[in-house]
Amino acid sequence: MNYNWNWRIFFEPSPEGTGTYADMLLSGLSWTIATALCSWIIAFSLGSLIGVLRTLPSRGAQRVGTTYVELFRNIPLLVQMFLWFYVVPEILPGSWGTWLKQLPNSSFYTAVICLGFFTASRVAEQVRTGIETLPRGQRMAGTALGLTTWQTYRYVLLPNAYRVILPPLTSEFLNNLKNTSVALTIGLLELTARARSMQEFSSQVFESFTAATVIYLGISLIVVTVSSKLETRIAVPGSR
Amino acid sequence: MFTDFDFGVVLSSLPYLFGTGMVFTLTLTALAASGGIILGTIIAMMRLSGITALALPAKIYVNFMRSLPLVLVIFWFYFLVPYIGQWMTGASRPISVGAFTSALVTFTLFEAAFFSEIMRAGIQAIPKGQTAAAQAIGLTYGQTMRTVILPQAFRNMLPLLLTQTIVLFQDTSLVYVISLTDFLGAASKVAQRDGRLVEMYLFAAAVYLVICITASTLVRRLQRRVAIIR
Repeated sequence: MNYNWNWRIFFEPSPEGTGTYADMLLSGLSWTIATALCSWIIAFSLGSLIGVLRTLPSRGAQRVGTTYVELFRNIPLLVQMFLWFYVVPEILPGSWGTWLKQLPNSSFYTAVICLGFFTASRVAEQVRTGIETLPRGQRMAGTALGLTTWQTYRYVLLPNAYRVILPPLTSEFLNNLKNTSVALTIGLLELTARARSMQEFSSQVFESFTAATVIYLGISLIVVTVSSKLETRIAVPGSR
Repeated sequence: MFTDFDFGVVLSSLPYLFGTGMVFTLTLTALAASGGIILGTIIAMMRLSGITALALPAKIYVNFMRSLPLVLVIFWFYFLVPYIGQWMTGASRPISVGAFTSALVTFTLFEAAFFSEIMRAGIQAIPKGQTAAAQAIGLTYGQTMRTVILPQAFRNMLPLLLTQTIVLFQDTSLVYVISLTDFLGAASKVAQRDGRLVEMYLFAAAVYLVICITASTLVRRLQRRVAIIR
């Protein structure tokens, strides 16, 4: 292979004049993490709500939940990204749209909202599965104790369901983190975007992509380790 | 709000959107899904072979692919495929391959990791007694797999394989990052040319929504039929 390897490229100054190429990648990493965490807050809370809606006895609530999930799962993430970034500011009332378009870091806010709503549909499916796999007797026991529906969910169903679905939720968290790279299409300077611009500036294709790959692998490893620690910590004593 | 909408731009670009864009998307989806399922089955068989030299690389490959963002993998192969081509053909310089070939290689290899997890579950779900019975009547490993295990695994896993293919269909829109003209790419080009982003992106979203909901309804119906057979 006639390719000129140059691993010292990371310590050379980047043409942006604000530091080395390594600094550039690290700044991308911090945007990736910020986007992933902020969107996860939306995804987790909204997803739990939608998931619960789908398990309520009310037909109307179920329909709202199902519609949400079908809508957000059946449109590609990239298309949703474009809808939030290009279409939403246009169809909002005039002054709001202008305000949105002039917002500094608008691609960051757009990515957070878009990923939050997108991942919420996946979290909702996990939460619903988690609640549905619990024995029916738990809900009945809650009712028999005189708990309201809200209390049954708060004290009986959800604490159990979250424990059951922790492993799939971890992989949704990682999917959400990986999906932040789609936001490079709307101009978010996250890790993959930074690796790409490093490749364009320095022509060291494989070094820059290797660095990004190693960083993504490292994050996955950390998240999986933390999650399995968490799993043992929150396990109900006596249940396996 | 919707007063200055112009859906004429959608109508006049329909032949381009579907004739060029959608044909590309469907071709890429079909080829990558077939390749991915074949390769995924091989990887699944490697992981379940019980031979460390085969199982370990397969496991590393699957976990590696699953922890990387698809966008990064698309970039990797976009630059790597010419070098692989050079190595395979023994040429003196990196050979130029089209962006389509590079996308096809990317999606096949990437999705193979996901298809292999489905096939692994499918193979593991076949009762052990069947393998034992096949060996008892003197079938070789190849014969056992080909005539006993895999046909059942495929049938049981067909709904999941098809659902993953719908995910793949949505994921192909990411070829946008290497400027290929798939359905979304075509919509995007028209949108930029005519300054009609709102109409084009809403239309593209609607088309994806209708196709994916129809497809997953069909998969669900199929799942019910497969369940009865079992």
